[in-house]
Amino acid sequence: MRTRPRLYVSYSSEMALLPTWTQKIAALAFLAFLVIVPFGVIPGLGFLSDNDWLKLLSRVAIFAIGALGLHILSGLAGQVSLGQAFFVGIGAYTAAVLGGEVGKSTWGLGLPIWIWLPAAGIVAALVGALIAPTAVRVRGIYLAIVTLGLVFFGEWIFRSTPFITGGAQAGREFPSLQFRFWKEEVPFLDFTTDGSWFGISVTSEAKTYLLLLIFVIMAVIITKNIQRTRTGRAFMAIRDRDIAAEVMGVAEAKNKLIAFALSSGFAGLTGAILGAFVGRLVPEGFSLFMSIQFVAILLIGGIGTVSGALLGSAFVILLPRIVQDFTGFLASVAESGSGFFSWFAGIFVSTGIDDPGIVSTLPGTSPGLNIGQFNLFLYGLLLIGFLIFEPLGLYGIWIRVRNYWKSWPFTY
Amino acid sequence: MTLDLLVFAQAGGQEAVDKFANATSSGIALGAIYALLALGLVLIYKATQVLNFAHGALAALGAFFAAYLATVINFPGRYVTFLPTTVQWILSALVAVLITAVVGLVLERLAIRPMIGEPLFSVVMITIALDIVIRTVTDDLIGTNPRPLGDPWGADVVNIGPAVIAKSEIATVVVTIIALVGLALFFRSRYGVAMRAVAFDQEAAMAQGISAGRIFALAWAIGAGLAATAGIFSSLFPRSSIGVSNTTAFFAFRALPAIVIGGLDSITGAVVGGFIVGLAESYAGAYLTGATFSFLGLGFAGVMPYLVMLVVLLVRPYGLFGTEEIRRV
Repeated sequence: MRTRPRLYVSYSSEMALLPTWTQKIAALAFLAFLVIVPFGVIPGLGFLSDNDWLKLLSRVAIFAIGALGLHILSGLAGQVSLGQAFFVGIGAYTAAVLGGEVGKSTWGLGLPIWIWLPAAGIVAALVGALIAPTAVRVRGIYLAIVTLGLVFFGEWIFRSTPFITGGAQAGREFPSLQFRFWKEEVPFLDFTTDGSWFGISVTSEAKTYLLLLIFVIMAVIITKNIQRTRTGRAFMAIRDRDIAAEVMGVAEAKNKLIAFALSSGFAGLTGAILGAFVGRLVPEGFSLFMSIQFVAILLIGGIGTVSGALLGSAFVILLPRIVQDFTGFLASVAESGSGFFSWFAGIFVSTGIDDPGIVSTLPGTSPGLNIGQFNLFLYGLLLIGFLIFEPLGLYGIWIRVRNYWKSWPFTY
Repeated sequence: MTLDLLVFAQAGGQEAVDKFANATSSGIALGAIYALLALGLVLIYKATQVLNFAHGALAALGAFFAAYLATVINFPGRYVTFLPTTVQWILSALVAVLITAVVGLVLERLAIRPMIGEPLFSVVMITIALDIVIRTVTDDLIGTNPRPLGDPWGADVVNIGPAVIAKSEIATVVVTIIALVGLALFFRSRYGVAMRAVAFDQEAAMAQGISAGRIFALAWAIGAGLAATAGIFSSLFPRSSIGVSNTTAFFAFRALPAIVIGGLDSITGAVVGGFIVGLAESYAGAYLTGATFSFLGLGFAGVMPYLVMLVVLLVRPYGLFGTEEIRRV
């Protein structure tokens, strides 16, 4: 039996979080890798412990939480939603009001993190539950438009409540990642200053990264547990055939409401952590583009799987940085070297006013897209490519690679 | 409406009548643009079951082409200098609409055709991705400064009764009526009947020898052309004093409520929804402002379409004219 990993002899073993030893060991190894990343001891990947890379990885973690929320709603319950940014905003501003300091014209109660962080999730979940009855009435493409409208509503509400959001283009300060019992001066756990843990010195970026890593692991476990219990199975039944599910006794409206509430709750937590992580946010940030980013994370990663949501977050958030570095590299090749590669790089990169190319490294009006535009352009093209050629996303690619090696050297 | 006029006339006299007439006329002109956008969206949705989120980007692209042709290279104009400038500009606009229609054709072939019949989420996302790509390219083409369209009407206005109406607004309404009549005629033509057949039952239509692919392409071309028309008129004087800019593309998102109000698969619904949304937005802009309504905050007129949409959806989940979907296990 031990040599047949796909043979399950009991339901509990089939439903386990990590059913096989290979998966247990791989998960543990990956986790160990993630934990030692900020200490820069991994050969070849030492650059990941740079502060800007750690910040990017932290951002990946933050977006992964929101993406897991959307995974519950869209991946499991099958409800198309473009409204995730609205709930992220609700969470962020709940946290700001409860945990932030009083500004010149903004509200703030200055409560500790153990109040504002859960509250952000709960308030966003309540708002989600409030909206769910309306959303349950419509389905398919109508739901997409209604949730899109939610984002525009949110933008208007955030713009019109400057005492909460700090007003358009101004923004406000958010609470920081400091753990206090109550409002005492010195926090007992501070993630905003450098320090040393067990004799190892850690920067504030490394600390924040590790804290967010814990948050993501918790979010993953919660999502996985929802997925393999009664509620998750009800979601999937509704996704696959809603009327059939109802006939079998799955309460459609109730479960959709739960899915909306859970998804919004995760989004709210994302908002609160994002605010605390960035420090200052403008209300325009919670726009349609943010919603699109969450949907893109799911679709690029592979819809319907937790690993897909995680892979997608890493891909979508790290892509701009990789593109930027790569463009810089191409520009340096085109500038300095000669020969085929230099010529080839020169086609892509425009380094001056008269130099045609797809991307320009100069700010202003040189030919070609600037680096920000090129990122968006590539982002759109990648989405189209994934949707057409690999609908299962990165997870689907991984499955194919795995299946190839599983039966190697045979083709099947 | 007459009753409203009476009430306003009693309350504020001539001033109130003027305000109402102006709000109504600009609402109708705005509604005409929404109706144009909604027509394109519904046409594409009916034929291919795809809701085109890239509509706004296509509209901005069309407006850019018009601005480029009319003001930079003066394309058909320089060969036909004997024509009046108004006609020259209309020719430029027509060429811009045609180019955008070709872009629509190409998009359909490259990105939409492989996605027909895929899950809804993917189809929605592919048009959003198209929107990102087209909008990025359009933004780069437009450049950092907005481009004026060089239209012959400028900021000219005419007085019709109590209302002050911009000439370009009249042009918008006229063009919308032409587009509507054209579409009505098209649906009676050979290809129009084929498109209706495909929209009704794709397989049955194909069994009759209709090429569904060609119909899809046609729908996207016409839809993109309508988008470009709407984009051009949304970049003219009363809507935008500066021409086509990087915010033009977002205009189309306000036409989405119009098609939901009218029903996604109804041409009549698109037109009615467009005018409802236009009037609602215009009235909200005229009446829900000032100190009394300061609690509504900034830009309430912009979310008004979505408010109307929510109310309609709560009463009729498939819009006013949409067909109710029959759900089977």
